[in-house]
Parts: sequence; C-alpha cells; structure tokens
Amino acid sequence: MPISESDIEKIAQLAHLEITDEERRMFAPQIAEIVTYVEQLNEIDTSAVDPALGGLTPEGERTETSRLDEVQTSVGQKVALDQAPDAAHGHFRVPKVLG
Amino acid sequence: MNKTITTIRSEIAGGTLTARAAAESAVNAAEKLNDELNAFLEIDRAGALKRAELIDENIRASETPALAGVPIAIKDNICVRGLQTSCGSRILGPYQPPYNATAIDRLIDAGAVIIGKTNCDEFAMGSSNENSAFGPVKNPWDTSRVPGGSSGGSAAAVAAGIVPVALGSDTGGSVRQPASLCGVIGVKPTYGRVSRYGLVAFGSSLDQIGVFAQDALGAAAVLQVIAGRDKHDATTAEVPVPDYAAEAGKNIDGLRLGVSRALLGEGVDQDVRDAIEKAIDDYRGLGAEIVDIDLPHAKNAIAVYYIIATAEASSNLARYDGVRYGFRAEDAPALRDMYRKTRDQGFGPEVKRRIMLGTYVLSAGYYDAYYLKAQKVRTLIKNDFATAFEKCDAVLTPTSPSPAFRFGEKVDDPLAMYLSDIYTVTANLAGVPGISVPCGLSSEGLPIGLQLLGPYWSEGTLFRLAHAYQQAHPLNAQPKIHA
Repeated sequence: MPISESDIEKIAQLAHLEITDEERRMFAPQIAEIVTYVEQLNEIDTSAVDPALGGLTPEGERTETSRLDEVQTSVGQKVALDQAPDAAHGHFRVPKVLG
Repeated sequence: MNKTITTIRSEIAGGTLTARAAAESAVNAAEKLNDELNAFLEIDRAGALKRAELIDENIRASETPALAGVPIAIKDNICVRGLQTSCGSRILGPYQPPYNATAIDRLIDAGAVIIGKTNCDEFAMGSSNENSAFGPVKNPWDTSRVPGGSSGGSAAAVAAGIVPVALGSDTGGSVRQPASLCGVIGVKPTYGRVSRYGLVAFGSSLDQIGVFAQDALGAAAVLQVIAGRDKHDATTAEVPVPDYAAEAGKNIDGLRLGVSRALLGEGVDQDVRDAIEKAIDDYRGLGAEIVDIDLPHAKNAIAVYYIIATAEASSNLARYDGVRYGFRAEDAPALRDMYRKTRDQGFGPEVKRRIMLGTYVLSAGYYDAYYLKAQKVRTLIKNDFATAFEKCDAVLTPTSPSPAFRFGEKVDDPLAMYLSDIYTVTANLAGVPGISVPCGLSSEGLPIGLQLLGPYWSEGTLFRLAHAYQQAHPLNAQPKIHA
C-alpha cells in the first residue's frame, strides 16, 4: 500500500507526535515498505479461524483474577506528585487546555 | 566475578566468600568495563554494598536464602525503588519509580544484591541496542559489533563476567537474541509465568521478564525465585512452580527434539547452519531423539508480530505525555502542543516509527485488515506449535540467523533489522517458553546460540536440555572484554 507524506502527517497527529519534515520524508517509504511486507498475510485464508484474543494459555484463562472490593492505601499525594515535571498545590499543572 | 551462582552459593555457605566481597567485585568490574561496554546506565555501589553487608549479617544469624549474596543486574525497564528507570529513553527524564517490580521484591527477599540498571534499546524496541538514547552497548566479544537487543546491557554484563545473572525482558526475542550474540544462556518463560508488575509495558500480550545467566543452573535458580502467581498482575497464571534445579539435573535420554528443515534454509548464515547441524548431532549423541516437525506459519511470524507489537505499543506508550512524570518540552503554549512536542523530543526514531505503525494498523478502516487478520494468523502459529508438540518435547532452531553484526549494518533498514527476530518472535506470539544456549563460535570467533522452544510451563525441560548440552559441550572460550 503506498503511504504518502501526508498520510504520515495524519498518523503522527493521531499519535500526538510532532514530526519534522525530515522525519516525514524518512518514515513514508519505511512505513510503506513494512506495510507492504505485512500484507503477505492476505494470502492466508483465515475465514474459519478465530483471532487469538484473551489469555494465551488455558491455565492463564482459568486463573481467578477477581478480588474482594476492599479499601486499600494508595501511594499518597506527595509520592504521586514527586516525579511530576510541574506540580503545584497538590495538582499536576499543565499549559492551558483551550487555545 | 567470573563465578556461577552455584559457586557463589557454595563459597558463601562455606565462609570463603562474603556477600560484600561478591558485590564489591561485581561493582568494581561494572565500573571498570563501562567505558568500553556501556552496559550500565546506573551502577549502585553504595546501595549494593550496604545491602550485601546486611545479607552477611543475616548469614551469620544462619539465614541463607536461595540467592544470598548473588550480584544481579537489572534491565532499565524494570522498576527498582530508589534507582532510575529510563527504558533507554529521554522521555522518562530522571524518573525514579516509587515501588519495586514484583520480580525485584522476590529477588531481594531471596538475598540477591542488585548492582545496577542495564542499558537497552529504547522501550525495548530493537535488536541491536543502537536505539538506546544513551548510546549502544558494545559486544564484549568484539566491540565493533552489536550485543543484540533489546536487553543488550544485561547480556553483555553476564558475558563479560560482571554478574553471574541478570534480568531482561523479552517481547519478540529481546532476551534470547542478545544471549545468543553474547554467548550466554537467555530464558523467556511461558506467558504468565513471571509477574510483569513493575515492568514497563511494551506489547502486553507478548512481554515476559526473562533471565540471563552464565549457566543453565543459574538461570533456573533465578526463575525459581521470580516465577509464580502475583495478585498485582492478572495475567500471571495459577500454575505450580516446579523445582527447576531438580528438573535440570535429569538426563535427557529419550527426550524428543523437533527440527524443522524449512527453518534452516535460505537466509541463515552458513556458520550458524553448521553449528546447529552439529548441535543436532550432539543432542542425538546425548540420547535425544530427533524428529522432523513443521511450523508452516513461522514464515509469517514477523508480519504478525510487527502488527500486534506496534499496535499494543502505540496504546501503551500513549501514557508518556509530559504530565505525571519524566520529561516535558518547554515553550508549548497549549496542552496539545505540549503533548506533541514532548513526545517528539522525548522519543527516538524507532519508537516513533513503531508508534506510527501501530496507530496506522489500529486506525479506522484498517483494524480488520491488519490487526484482526494478524490475530487470526497468530492462532495458526499457536496451532502449529500445538501440533509440533504432539510429536516432540521441544523444538530446536537457531536463535538468530547470524552471529553479532556490525554497528550501522542494519540501522537504516528497519525491515532488515526486524527480520533478525525471525526465530524468536514465534514464542512470544504463541506464549510458549524458550531458551537460547551457546553452541559454538563462528569462523570469526563470535558466539552462536541454539534455541529450544517447549510447550506451556515446560521451563524445567528446557533447563534440562540446556544443562545437558552445557555439561557435554561447554563453550570453552571467553570474550575479549572480561572482568
């Protein structure tokens, strides 16, 4: 499938990536080549095959993963904010949301 | 510290080695060799020595847990409280996780001494370590060559004799391929065998924490400690953990090894093919029975993998947005600009390429054509293994189609780089365990690895096959760069 530089720009926007003109020129042929390569799968008849979704092993699928709905302690506000690039007054501060 | 876990344990138990001396020797070697190898992103001298002293005190009080005083290195995408977790990326900035991964808690409880965090391809995406934001790890056998990836730092640290064991993560071969290229043991357990709580997510239906070791018994000892159900990871399965050391000690008489001739054809380096043919004969000589098997969809595995892994990565890496932790780009007046600039400046080219590919295959109108199609072919790959394991106890393949390649050789051709994972990705897609075992040197003196893949939960059998091979056919060679 041909993938143009404008397709790359659209994908980058969907992925919240700002890419440079140089990256756009590099990625377009590379991603087109990879997509062409993966299209080999179209030659396989999968009309009667279920997708491999869910647990990979039967034992994993059988494992009970629910737990009682009990109140547990969390890391707390200080630790949660400790690593933030910009924290203020117990919150994560970000640039303005509406332009 | 050129000692196996078995030796360290017996010397510590016999009083001829202290945990402190073992830790100091490992830290000294890590520091001394890091200029040449770049295997470590952080070396924790003070923490390791303090921890080792505590273990020595406990040993004097006659408490000697399974890994008492064993120095270990941890890939920098597994959380260790108090140390950095960069994932080889700039986007995590100076991130220090406030908690330990479950595997780390279990290692610490077992007396292991963490000496540092190892370099890796950014977010574990790569087969050569050239995608680390902090420069590539060098292969200790030849520093002009790659150590493999993505867990190249852990592989190099074990190969160079800095530590007897290390943790890595394996999403498409990231433990087994560098183990092969560096001449050490590398294990990827069954999906659900080891908790991923505290492992930074890449491809959640593929990721497993794995173990590097100088010998099969060392890998078995570490997996023994980290395996098992964890309530913090819903994908860990309720399956008893066998005594791996006891399993490894059994002889391999009568075990059936499946070989697919189709997988030894085109695209395999001649030296690798010769080494694998010799290994097949060696196994026959050790009492194993060789049977022909077929994995007809293995040739499609790279295509399936690069759809599923990138789709999952594009979703998992959406969390890096410059808000809660890590790096944030300056001079972004609005929130959306901040996200985009942060991710542009924080991620390297391979991570961007994979996020975009994953976004593309999941985007409106393409989901059925790519993602769903890939998940259906994944079922066929799982079925191939199920059929093969009716005829054999393990499948034997090369781990990598070539020994370590040179830096720069594949860096401009992402597809060629992806194809170096041709033998390893099938195990992640099917969820089965695999191990890479050194099986000789190329004509240029570079290590070659054989890969054994087994049915779900058959790690014990894999250790048994690996241990028998290492006992009978040790590598008998050491890398140029060595502690």
